[in-house]
Amino acid sequence: MTQTLRTGRAIPDRLQSPAMRALRSWESILVAVAIAIFVTNSFTSPYFLNAWNLSDATFNFTEKAMIALAMALLIISGEIDLSVASIIALASTAMGVAMQAGAGVPMLVLIGIGTGVLCGAFNGILVAGMGLPSIVVTIGTMSLFRGIAYIVLGDRAFTGYPPGFAYFGQGYVWWVFSFELVLFTVLAVIYWALLHRTSFGRAVYAIGNNATAAQFSGIRVARVKFILFLLTGLMSGIAAVCLTSRLGSTRPSIAAGFELEVVTMVVLGGVSILGGSGSILGVVLAALIMGMVTFGFGLLNVPGIVMSIFLGVLLISVIALPRLFGRK
Amino acid sequence: MNILKNRDVLLAFAIVLLIGGVAARFPAFVRPGNLVNVFNDTSPLILLAIGQMIVILTKCIDLSVAANLALCGMAAALMNGMGVPLPLILLAVVLLGGALGAANGLLVWKLGIPSIVVTLGTMTIFRGTIFLMTGGAWVNAHQMSTAFKALPRMVFLGLPVMSWVALAAIALFFMLLTRTPLGRSFYAVGGNPHAAVYTGLDVGRTQCIAFVISGALAGLTGYLWVARYAVAYVDIAAGFELQVVAACVIGGIAIVGGAGSVIGAVLGALFLGVINNALPVIRISPFWQMAISGSAIVIAVTLNATQNRPKGRIILKEVEPT
Repeated sequence: MTQTLRTGRAIPDRLQSPAMRALRSWESILVAVAIAIFVTNSFTSPYFLNAWNLSDATFNFTEKAMIALAMALLIISGEIDLSVASIIALASTAMGVAMQAGAGVPMLVLIGIGTGVLCGAFNGILVAGMGLPSIVVTIGTMSLFRGIAYIVLGDRAFTGYPPGFAYFGQGYVWWVFSFELVLFTVLAVIYWALLHRTSFGRAVYAIGNNATAAQFSGIRVARVKFILFLLTGLMSGIAAVCLTSRLGSTRPSIAAGFELEVVTMVVLGGVSILGGSGSILGVVLAALIMGMVTFGFGLLNVPGIVMSIFLGVLLISVIALPRLFGRK
Repeated sequence: MNILKNRDVLLAFAIVLLIGGVAARFPAFVRPGNLVNVFNDTSPLILLAIGQMIVILTKCIDLSVAANLALCGMAAALMNGMGVPLPLILLAVVLLGGALGAANGLLVWKLGIPSIVVTLGTMTIFRGTIFLMTGGAWVNAHQMSTAFKALPRMVFLGLPVMSWVALAAIALFFMLLTRTPLGRSFYAVGGNPHAAVYTGLDVGRTQCIAFVISGALAGLTGYLWVARYAVAYVDIAAGFELQVVAACVIGGIAIVGGAGSVIGAVLGALFLGVINNALPVIRISPFWQMAISGSAIVIAVTLNATQNRPKGRIILKEVEPT
């Protein structure tokens, strides 16, 4: 009996050259799209090409993009956190309560970030510790966290944050560079190093590709996943500080729908929703693109809900198009 | 002993206990008239939970149900405004809902996109479409015909028509899931997709059918919702998908697919329905609702997992030296 070896796919006799590979990568497509949108925007609205307007535009995405950095790692590891927007709501509410009790600015920031970390830990214990599916757990905590904000606030709102608190969402470090933008840039570099330059980052990819194999090769899967949920909570806490400071008020409906935009950003950035691949550069580019599109639509007076249709279409088509045209 | 291990019995017991607890302080809560009201209030949740359950059985999830409901409800209200007769409206909402479900299903089936991504996306697309259809305007009670508003409230043998629709759906889908090849294929596809392929089932097609069913039920519920509350606008039933998923998880439908029953989904929905109706009675602010259904999801998914956790497999065994 003869055995024929059938491998289903052809093995190339040479690898693509690095330059060719870089050119065909998802990131370079994103760069091209970003440039295209930038150029279109500059032609359609005379107000687009202005340093201050562009700086204002960054507020559209910085808070969401901070969360997207951590969410990217989480999705690469094969999990997801849909509760991020609700964590913002809860952290913001906690800051509001502290503010009414007379807490100072450093205390407010600490409480906001601390609440975020605690929420992340809660998700982490349930998913990593108890092995529950992250989709259901975070759908549950999404409703739980925001629910607590509603219990505390009802239909009221916290306003009257101390003047010094406004810096995080409204302050500028230098010229047109806002505190949020600089913070995001720093965080992006940190996350890039974490994912692409440390063994922790390699572990995240390994878990996303095959959690069982990762476990057997000595990676503490549960611990890594727990840390990733902590990070996502932490980033949501930081985003809550920035957003609350920018808006100057807290309502229980704050940041509603952010989870969709964050996930869209991550997926648009080329992170596989099934886990195992993706890069921080891609996510940052996706954040830029989404920010510029939102800003451009805003300049053209397109209503927010039309923008959200566009986001939905974008989310689906970004995943659908490569599958339609046979790219992986 | 076995009956205590049965989830459905336990859940039914919990519901009775809950009703009993409320009744101990507020006897009026258990008046038959009020219990009928509670069931009637829960009917939309029951209808959607049945559809969601079938989708979850096949290893998918449909987060777009509430948006689908809102879109079909608005379409019904607009058609009524144009003078379309009621039977045609009913047919149209079921078809429209089914078509929206099919859009989800086809994306999952033909392109292999994870259902959570598809339905997160279509959720906002559907809601946005309502805005495009109306420009954000409301359709109010005085713009709806009397017959349009009356149908779900019409009482027949002591129960409103809306409750009858829910009962009919329970019976229909109970039969479908337990007595037909299609029903069994939902379980097969979710329980073990690879094995399902070898038995000749098309996994994607089955998932797509599940989405169509979920969508059609959402469409029908959309009419019932808009007619009963006599108002239609962009944000009706916003966030309702969470309650629907909660009902399924509480009802013991395994989120990994392949396990669950219509009875479970109905009991899960009733559990939430009783809580939602009891809150105002025991004077707790309705703002607690969201946190309660959230905790219910978390607790239920924890219980589900500890109950069905597979025992570890032994992969290394010490062998006695020979």
